[in-house]
Amino acid sequence: MQYFLNEQQQMVRSLARRIAEEKIIPVRAELDEKEEFPWPIMKELAAADIFRVFIPEQYGGLGGDWLDLCLAIEELSRGCGGVAISYAASALGASPLLEYGSEEQKQKFLPDIASGKKLAAFALTESAAGSDVSAISTSAVREEGCYVLNGSKLFITNGGEAELYTVIAMTDKAKGPRGASAFVVEKGTPGFSFGKKEKKMGIRSSVTRELIFRNCKVPEQNLLGREGMGFILAVRTVERGRLGVAAQAVGLAQGALEAAVAYARKRIQFGHPISSFQAVQHMLADMAMELEAARSLVYATAKTIDSGAKSFSEEVAMAKVFATDMAMKVTTDAVQILGGIGYMRDYPVEKMMRDAKVTQIYEGTNQVLRSAIALDLLKRKAMRE
Amino acid sequence: MNVVVCIKQVPGTTEVEIDPKTNTLIREGVKSILNPFDVYALEEGVRIKEQHGGKVTAISMGPPQAEEALREAIAAGADEAILLSDGAFAGSDTLATSFVLAKACTKIADYDLIICGRQTIDGDTGQVGPELAENLGIPFVAYVSKIEEIKDGRMRVRRMIEEGYEVIEMSLPGVITVVKEINVPRLPSLRGMAKARSAQIPIWTAQGLGVPMEKVGLLGSPTRVIGIFRPQRTRRGELLQGSLEQQVEELVDKLRQAKTV
Repeated sequence: MQYFLNEQQQMVRSLARRIAEEKIIPVRAELDEKEEFPWPIMKELAAADIFRVFIPEQYGGLGGDWLDLCLAIEELSRGCGGVAISYAASALGASPLLEYGSEEQKQKFLPDIASGKKLAAFALTESAAGSDVSAISTSAVREEGCYVLNGSKLFITNGGEAELYTVIAMTDKAKGPRGASAFVVEKGTPGFSFGKKEKKMGIRSSVTRELIFRNCKVPEQNLLGREGMGFILAVRTVERGRLGVAAQAVGLAQGALEAAVAYARKRIQFGHPISSFQAVQHMLADMAMELEAARSLVYATAKTIDSGAKSFSEEVAMAKVFATDMAMKVTTDAVQILGGIGYMRDYPVEKMMRDAKVTQIYEGTNQVLRSAIALDLLKRKAMRE
Repeated sequence: MNVVVCIKQVPGTTEVEIDPKTNTLIREGVKSILNPFDVYALEEGVRIKEQHGGKVTAISMGPPQAEEALREAIAAGADEAILLSDGAFAGSDTLATSFVLAKACTKIADYDLIICGRQTIDGDTGQVGPELAENLGIPFVAYVSKIEEIKDGRMRVRRMIEEGYEVIEMSLPGVITVVKEINVPRLPSLRGMAKARSAQIPIWTAQGLGVPMEKVGLLGSPTRVIGIFRPQRTRRGELLQGSLEQQVEELVDKLRQAKTV
């Protein structure tokens, strides 16, 4: 398929692929087994300028488009979903700064994210607030020169490893969603600590921790946008994160398809490679078709955003749901094609299947997103009548 | 510390066809790569620059398409690159090649160190480095596996020998060839790749270098390749199987049959 990538996009894709081949694939099983955060790989990505992709040039970045970021995430995910999400989570944490940060805030925080010196993270989810953003209970009370944060955030990717956190907290509980605000909180701020590291089914090289705020004083200069803008900022950030998850799903499925094709060609049963059996051929064909369809949808959505579209929530939701359901199916079928050996940890496909599962869950479950797509559809229909 | 790194574009496979008329390599249709040992030479040059300042200049003598290898060198951290290319250079052996490289280094003038890979994977002679030093009349150390110290116009290096390593101190400017143990080359960066794409790579010709025609190309190359062939395999290994006792028994039998015991 010809996706008309520009020169920089082709470079991002080929370099990210090379890093996956040379630095990620040889260690992914070990990282998964030990649940170890991939700092050496993060340093490789930094040295190769991969963190600069999503940051504008005036802040030390390469000014890449969303498609550039999607290509990087896809290629890294082809190697390891856990490594890729650690990278992508930094882009997610930087996203509110890019969109709502003041010039001063951008100058202060973005160059270190671009160079990879600091990782970023985005903190929205709480024990009682997931897809229901309005249920946030972390509070931010204004005092002289600062906001005092109290509460905790759950399941935060890069928690404890990142230096910069974009945190959503309520500045005015009475106003509901309109009372939410966003803050940049630096690691090491007194009153800011981390809970236990979660033990996960997949993406095990990535780290997921609880963030705890106890009378944590955040300088007022770290408020993003204005008070009350937290809800819209969170929605916009998560929308972009969804596209990253869709790209992650495409990469995971690509890795699984390649593993399945390679194995089917060399596995001999009844005197023939299993790739000569129609049952296996049809499975591979379905995997390839659905994967390419998902990739087309993800790239088209990225190009829609890059072309300056104001609203793209429906497109992003479609890309996320389609790509992640596809990845779950393709990785499961890859395990099926590898058979008994596919179920063993000696081969990478069982890990890909475990990694794929979370893509249907995080950044909005596929169920809540289907409801959103349907609501948009019905609203439009009603407006035409 | 200004470093010159000599690089060569080589066929990316060991199965290269030889032109039966000239006994030289047929490069057409074979994907070319940067000679793997030169990648280590480049990385070492870039590390020296990062530690001591200065610049890294990559030079290559070759056909116009060798420019690709020089762009790769810029992506890997070289500051500038120069292509030494002229129809008259075609067919040069190591003597003629090292002569041209020496002329180029003399023209560059402000170098402190010249680094080459230990050998190329196509010619495999390992001669260009030492011949270059000889042409320039400066010190040379081969098979360097570590640069221990660079100080006051001198450099202390480790060089690999069969039983271990030697520590040698040399004065600068000088030439070294490096082995792959010396470093782990970094991956290119996106900014390096972008810089490489737009870099201007000057071409120095025989005339520009002041190279007499009889010193280059086939004329300047005393080496005559009479024939190239795959040596016949005369020694044959055999792996004995079974329990230790069985293997020993079989081995003794075979040695007796061969009348060696």
